[in-house]
Amino acid sequence: MQRKNILNTSMIHLFFWIFTIVSLVPFALIFMVSITDEDSIAANGYSLFPNKISFAAYSFLFNDFSEIARAYGVTIIATVVGTTVSLLITALFAYPLSRQGLPFRRTLSFYIFFTMLFSGGMVPWYMTYVNMFDMKNTLISMIVPNLLLSAFNVLLMRSFFANSIPESVIESATIDGASEIKIFFKIVVPLSLPIMATIGLFNTLSYWNDWYNCMLFIDKAELYNIQYLMTKTLTNIQYLIMKSSSSAQAGDLLAKMPRETVRMALAIVGIAPLLFAYPFFQKYYISGITSGAVKG
Amino acid sequence: MKAAETAPLLNKSAHQAVAKKQSQFIRSLKKYKLLLLMTLPGVVYLFINNYIPMYGVILAFKDLNYAKGIWGSDWVGLDNFKFLFNSDTAYVITRNTFLYNFAFIILNLVLALFVALTINEIKDKVISRFYQSTFLLPHIISMVVVAYLVYSFLNAESGLVNRLLAKWFHVDPISWYSEAGYWPYILIIVNAWKNVGYLSIIYFASIIGIDKEFYEAATIDGASKWKQMTRITLPLIAPIITTMTLLSVSGILRSDFGLFYQVPMNTGALIPTTNTIDTFVYRAMVSSGDIGMSAAAGFYQSAACFVLILVANWAVRRINKQDALF
Repeated sequence: MQRKNILNTSMIHLFFWIFTIVSLVPFALIFMVSITDEDSIAANGYSLFPNKISFAAYSFLFNDFSEIARAYGVTIIATVVGTTVSLLITALFAYPLSRQGLPFRRTLSFYIFFTMLFSGGMVPWYMTYVNMFDMKNTLISMIVPNLLLSAFNVLLMRSFFANSIPESVIESATIDGASEIKIFFKIVVPLSLPIMATIGLFNTLSYWNDWYNCMLFIDKAELYNIQYLMTKTLTNIQYLIMKSSSSAQAGDLLAKMPRETVRMALAIVGIAPLLFAYPFFQKYYISGITSGAVKG
Repeated sequence: MKAAETAPLLNKSAHQAVAKKQSQFIRSLKKYKLLLLMTLPGVVYLFINNYIPMYGVILAFKDLNYAKGIWGSDWVGLDNFKFLFNSDTAYVITRNTFLYNFAFIILNLVLALFVALTINEIKDKVISRFYQSTFLLPHIISMVVVAYLVYSFLNAESGLVNRLLAKWFHVDPISWYSEAGYWPYILIIVNAWKNVGYLSIIYFASIIGIDKEFYEAATIDGASKWKQMTRITLPLIAPIITTMTLLSVSGILRSDFGLFYQVPMNTGALIPTTNTIDTFVYRAMVSSGDIGMSAAAGFYQSAACFVLILVANWAVRRINKQDALF
């Protein structure tokens, strides 16, 4: 019996190690390619164990960093502003919904829930922003459309407020003469830091990873965010330098460009912040997903 | 006589009750007016982002002329739909969307449940956390990055797969990005790679929520691990499985645009097996500029999804009321 258990346990671990490797190998591969010598790739192809290491791709990228820096800038602005505003209006919407006595509570809940059931489709949605609000080629178009408020996040937050803020706390604060706004910011928000962190993290990830809004609403290369710059470069490697340099220079640079490796180096530059930050936020992320799983 | 006397009385008290209710309502409006105001930004945003576009479904029934605007454009009745359904496009994109999602739902559910059940057997908290973190990694990256990862495996000249095939099996390089036939398998694998970790953590969370006493009692009664799994764990997490599956079934005609657009790198040769309703709507709008047909396809998708979600919910309600979404 004992022996059988040990065997079972090691089988389980073996399975999970395989799973772990499968999850990580693709990342390792693009990283290894990005630091491989270009000639060695021409000879041997991509490999996890490069014959010859070279940082030419990175020095190429950092030589003219302006394009990437600008794309980073756009992404960071959209992420910071978007996450902040999004968190605020999500909480402002969710908190009243968690209060029992609120008039129109059911109507408001249905108002938000219905958006999960039916949508007008992409075309009218796109035209609303482009024709009614004239958002084409603006930074706002990477912040507002679709990403600002998710019905699911509101419902998640609502059930957190309803379950973990005792009604009596709010009542006694009211008796002490605190206004609703004061109660919200001074009592409810501090008591709800776990859900704030979770939703904030969800928002940050969706803004950082967004390329869809950029693809739809942005034509100007100066406004591309990092994900969209990566998209463009994946299908057209010349893209990286064609936009940033004059044509005479571009021809010169193109000839010298380590084509295969520079692409992967750009991918690494694009995901590095996420990968570095991941160990710090994975705890919240996992607990966020888990709390979402418990139906409230 | 008596009846005549009581009738006005009743009326009066009913009237009073209504008045009282009204004043109560007004009082609660006053009491909660700040809270109601707080919801305003969200209400306005949803109105713009979700409700105004719902109005725009009329585009599907119009021949859009920018000069005349949406309202001024001519009605064309069902012409856009006729055009869409007369070509075999509608059939192909519906079939693709449906079959892909069907495969995703089944495969992901089985894999995720397996992972969740086995990770529950690991008693060491630290190592269990480590596994969970790595399984989630694919989920947090964007589809653009996934496209890069897939490209690094599959590109014809230097991709890892072709190189390994050549080295180990002496197979000639396969040009993955021009053979539509491989892509159903590739996309199913990529989707599982990205999402199984995430799903398994959702299931795992509800497994650890189960009361330990069930297992203690079962162990005393001599139930094997397998018995415990099939008789305790699975029935107790059935509600969350139902909810998750219900959500995916009701979205069976929607697709992850990034997966079907970015990962095949929008390659023309792959369109027969990678085109879904969502990519079709996008291409019809952007590349061919056919707003009417694009809107018609979008409307068809939304309406079908709406019906599906109602049917799925109705079905679950009949089996077990509490598992239903609404």
